[in-house]
Amino acid sequence: MSEETGGNAINPHTMSIIVTKGSLDWAYPPFILSTTAAAMGLDVTMFFTFYGLPLLLKKMDLKVTPLGNAAMKMPMMGGHMVMPNLVAAIPGVDAMASKMMKNLIKKNGVASIDELRELAVEAEVRLIGCQMTMDLFDYQLEDMIDGIEVGGAATYLEVATQSHINLFI
Amino acid sequence: MADKVLDAKGLNCPLPILKAKKALKDVPDGGTLEILATDPGAVADFQAFSRTTGNELIEHSEEGGVYKFLLRKTA
Repeated sequence: MSEETGGNAINPHTMSIIVTKGSLDWAYPPFILSTTAAAMGLDVTMFFTFYGLPLLLKKMDLKVTPLGNAAMKMPMMGGHMVMPNLVAAIPGVDAMASKMMKNLIKKNGVASIDELRELAVEAEVRLIGCQMTMDLFDYQLEDMIDGIEVGGAATYLEVATQSHINLFI
Repeated sequence: MADKVLDAKGLNCPLPILKAKKALKDVPDGGTLEILATDPGAVADFQAFSRTTGNELIEHSEEGGVYKFLLRKTA
């Protein structure tokens, strides 16, 4: 306990992540980092809010959309292809792009989000669902996987004041 | 001869690390875990894993696209 920190030295092996995005692609960074951090001995808390909250649903239905995503260059016919927005907006294209992405995930030995989430639960990563988002989008606790907590901004901030690494994804 | 061998070939980040952490549970203190992987990113990652957790990376090598890591469980 040093004088500079007033006796409140933070354990360097602690991390929190605010998870705000729930598409198939954006679900990866928070789950990869939380599971790896837990494997490296860190205490990890994930706070799921807004579009990140559905990542706590028992049945996830993750999709990715090429619409408005100029950086999404899918490997195709030996090159990389960006889908024009006009094409990306056609019904069914999201489903096709999601299927393509899932195939790439499998082909490259990348874990599924279901698998990473299970590993996070197993590693005792603390999972907190945002109560306000649950009210806003009408989700019930019964819709969510077992073992999660529910809380708000103050709950997260208490965790953040005790965490060395705080990320917003 | 390692106390345990983990075949993580074909798996991509972060699975080799996650599976190694799990496999270390079955290794006695001071014992060794051999990990086989094909993910080139695993080279930097196992070194970082070793530095952060204190489990010693005794050696790592590559042969025919397969990376071999030997970890000693010290933490």
